[in-house]
This record gives sequence, C-alpha cells and structure tokens, in this order.
Amino acid sequence: MAYSDKVIDHYQNPKNVGTLDKGSKNVGTGLVGAPECGDVMRLQIEVDETTGMITDAKFKTFGCGSAIASSSLATEWLKGKTVDQALTIDNMDIVEELNLPPVKIHCSVLAEDAIKAAINDYRVKNNMEAIKFEEGAIH
Amino acid sequence: MLKFPIYLDNNATTPCDPRVVEAMLPYFTENFGNAASRNHSFGWTAEEAVDYAREQIATLIGADPKEIILTSGATEGDNLAIKGVFEMYASKGNHIITATTEHKAVLDTCRHLEKLGAEITYLEVNADGLIDLAELEAAIKPTTILISIMYANNEIGVVQPVKEISALARKHGALFFTDGTQAVGKIPVDVNKDGIDLMAFTGHKMYGPKGVGALYVRRKNPRVKVTAQMDGGGHERGMRSGTLNVPGIVGFGKACELCRLEMDADTQRISKLRDKLETALLQLEESYVNGSREHRLPHVSNISFKYVEGEGLMMGFNKEIALSSGSACTSASLEPSYVLKALGLGDDLAHSSLRFGLSRFTTEEQIDYTVKAISETVTKLREMSPLWEMFKDGVDLDKIEWAHH
Repeated sequence: MAYSDKVIDHYQNPKNVGTLDKGSKNVGTGLVGAPECGDVMRLQIEVDETTGMITDAKFKTFGCGSAIASSSLATEWLKGKTVDQALTIDNMDIVEELNLPPVKIHCSVLAEDAIKAAINDYRVKNNMEAIKFEEGAIH
Repeated sequence: MLKFPIYLDNNATTPCDPRVVEAMLPYFTENFGNAASRNHSFGWTAEEAVDYAREQIATLIGADPKEIILTSGATEGDNLAIKGVFEMYASKGNHIITATTEHKAVLDTCRHLEKLGAEITYLEVNADGLIDLAELEAAIKPTTILISIMYANNEIGVVQPVKEISALARKHGALFFTDGTQAVGKIPVDVNKDGIDLMAFTGHKMYGPKGVGALYVRRKNPRVKVTAQMDGGGHERGMRSGTLNVPGIVGFGKACELCRLEMDADTQRISKLRDKLETALLQLEESYVNGSREHRLPHVSNISFKYVEGEGLMMGFNKEIALSSGSACTSASLEPSYVLKALGLGDDLAHSSLRFGLSRFTTEEQIDYTVKAISETVTKLREMSPLWEMFKDGVDLDKIEWAHH
C-alpha cells in the first residue's frame, strides 16, 4: 500500500513533536489508544486562559505513518483555534486532508479522540465539566 | 555500488537464481512438450527433463525420485499431505497433532478437517518457539494418525527438534509430516536421517521459480499413501493429477541442485552477515531477538524494537529496504503476528518486530546500510514515541489503563 505524499511529508517532517508540562493548569493532555493495538497518541494543548485560544500544541505518537501524520496534522490545526473551535475538528477532515485509505481511518479517529481528551483534561483542570462525547462509529 | 531497494524479505520469496532461469528457458519454447505425451519426441524430451529434475529434487533431501510428488507449491503440499492422510487413514483414526505456530496452510487445513470430523491437538510452544517433546508424547493417542510439525518457522526461523519428533511418531505408530518450506535448501534435510514420512516444500523459497513445489511421500518403512485431492489424469502416481509444469519443474530441480552444492558456502557467508546485522541492531536499547537463537535457520532474524511500531518503522526506509513486520497494522484485523504472540510476546512487542531474511545475494554493504538506516529510524521514532518517554521516566506501562479500541 502506498502512502499519500502528505502522510509521507508529516512522517518525515513531523510538526510539533514534543512535551508540554502536563502539571500546568493551562495545559490539557489527551492520551489515547493502547500499545496492544499498535497505536498510542499523546496530544497536548496549551490554552490562553483569558482568550480561550490554543497557543501551543504538541504530540508524541507510537504507531504507523498514518497515525503519526494524523496527530502531526491535528497539532497544526489546533494552534490558533479557540477551544470551542477545536471541538469541531472531525476525523473525516483528517482523512480527507491526508488521503487516508479505509484501513487507516482508525488513525484519524484516534487523533479526534486525542483532541477531545486533551480539551476535557484542560476543562476539568479549570473547574469546568468534562464534555460527554458520543462514542465514535468506528471504534 | 549499492543498488536500491535492498531485498531482505527472503522468507517471503527469493529471487530466481539466473542459472535457474537459464535452465528453464528452452522448456518454454523449443521443448514445450507435455510430459504425459507418450507418442512423440516432444513428450519424451519433456518427460526426460522432469525425470532429471525429480532426481535433483530427491537428492537434495536424500529421497528416492519415486517419492517426489510434484505440486504447485508448499500450500498444495500441506493440503495434500494432511487431507490426504486424513482420508487415507480414516479407518485407523481421526486425531492429528500440530502446533500453534504452524503456517496458515497447515492450520487452516486442520480447521477444515475439524469440520469433517477430525480431532486436532494444537501444541503450544515455549518462549523460544519450540514445542515440548513430553507434551507431544502425552498428546498422542491410539487414534493419532498424523503429527504435523514444521521443520523451521517462517517468521522467526526457529528449527524444531525434527529427529526427536519423528522418533516419537514412529514409536506410537503415527505418521510424521513436516512443512519444510523454509528449511529445505537452507539447512541439511535428510528424510531418512530425520525420519520424515511426508514433507512439503517449494521452489521459490530456494532461488527457484514460483508455482512449483513437491510433496515427499515415503515409499518404504512405512509405505505411505495419500488420497488425491484433485481428480484427473492420474499423474504423479495417482496422487496429484494435472499436466506437469515442465519449465517450473526444471527450474526447481536446478535450484535444488545449486542449494545442495552451495549450501555449506552460502550458510557460512550468510550466517556471518546475519550475526553482524543482529549484533549491531541489539546495540540499540530495548531490542530483543524473538525465538531461539540456538535452534534457528542461519539466514533469519526477528527483532523487536520496543516502543516503536513496526509499520511506522518500516516507513522510515521502505523505499530503500524491503522487509516484513509482525505488526499487522496494514491488515484489516489489526492483529499482530500469531506466531510472536504464541511465544508469549505482548501485543506491543509483536507490533514492534521486524523480520530479516537474508539470501545468497545479500552483501555486506547491504547489511551495513540496513543497520544504519534502522538504527537511525528507531532513534528518531523513539523521540516521537510517548511510550519511550514514559519508559525513560520510569512509568510502568502495564499499570496504565489504556483506552482499548
């Protein structure tokens, strides 16, 4: 199976690899997937508390090229968005942007889950209620 | 000059040796006859070529040419042996013993027979990938007609104690079939010294063409028979009908002859390269060889690089190096290798594995390049791996509650 050029580019030059201080109050961390499934994504956002704007985003991913590319792309999209805007990122947007084949759709689902988990972590830390998300169709 | 891509997936298939191709060519055009045509010279020439090849094939494994049933490959040989024995020896019993690390061609054949009333015992293997002989003997019953244990494993290269297995089979009056696909042509295999009653093997794993293989069926002590699984003209002593693939058989014969003559020299050179590769890659932290290193084919190595995922790893160099991974991230099931799991490896380690299969054509330059490319990619991906970071921070990954998908 050949990878799309965009997947290859993200794999070779991943954007925003790294770690934010997960103890910090304005950092939200989402850790999703499982080693047994061959995919683990950790996605972190740093939020400006006054504007609600995501000022930084970092990821680390254990997984195939498509999983790495999905999380790299997600961090690019998150930066500069408000937390509310970030909630509208849909896994199918990632599928479309990266031209993921059907067997790799789960990578995009994982990235969407990571975004939501990071946002909820941030919300809980800042005394907001965690948002209840519906289970994705493709789990 | 290093030419790309480098091919290190020789357990999947090997390139044809040019000497094999050369031997085959006249049998496509000038000598195109049907080996079963008894009334003209085209048929005679083809038959002669097949007889000669059959002898080359038999000699490699210490068999008599009459004991070689030509097939389309090892999958057909596995099917014919197991199904054929099950049918032929139905009056004696219905129990077959095999192992969980066998090739799918054996396992799925056994599953199929279960639906037809066979009783199958699947032996577990130890962490080295070897079956336990005491467990095997304990599993044998009066109704056991066949023990089917592969000679060497396709994923980890582990070589089973074939002589001891055949001795147990003989002692209890069961037949011993072995899938010799990965072993024949690579290590000395002798059907008499090894006590083998039936053995499947194939041309394309030993520098011969695809689509041709053989099933060895013992003719004396004991005389073994299998029920044909394909009906037709009664070729191959009635055990396998179908017009013979003459050019393929000629190539297979030549490949067997070359393996017999060059095995010692090839093994010496290839095992040195394999060891060099393995030693260098084990310098990487948290990398592990899967399966026994002692009882193993000389050209195979299967290594897990913990905290990086196999498919992601291969993407780092898949334009330059062709390899396989135990990670089945590309398959629809997303299940990692059942062979590695049978060794007791966690799914995470199974997902992190690469299988190296060297060949007669592998060079030291290729190995040096491979070591460098893999080491760099592993290091790069670990920098990107949350699991690696946790491991480095002393987090026990087993204690984390992962969200399972």
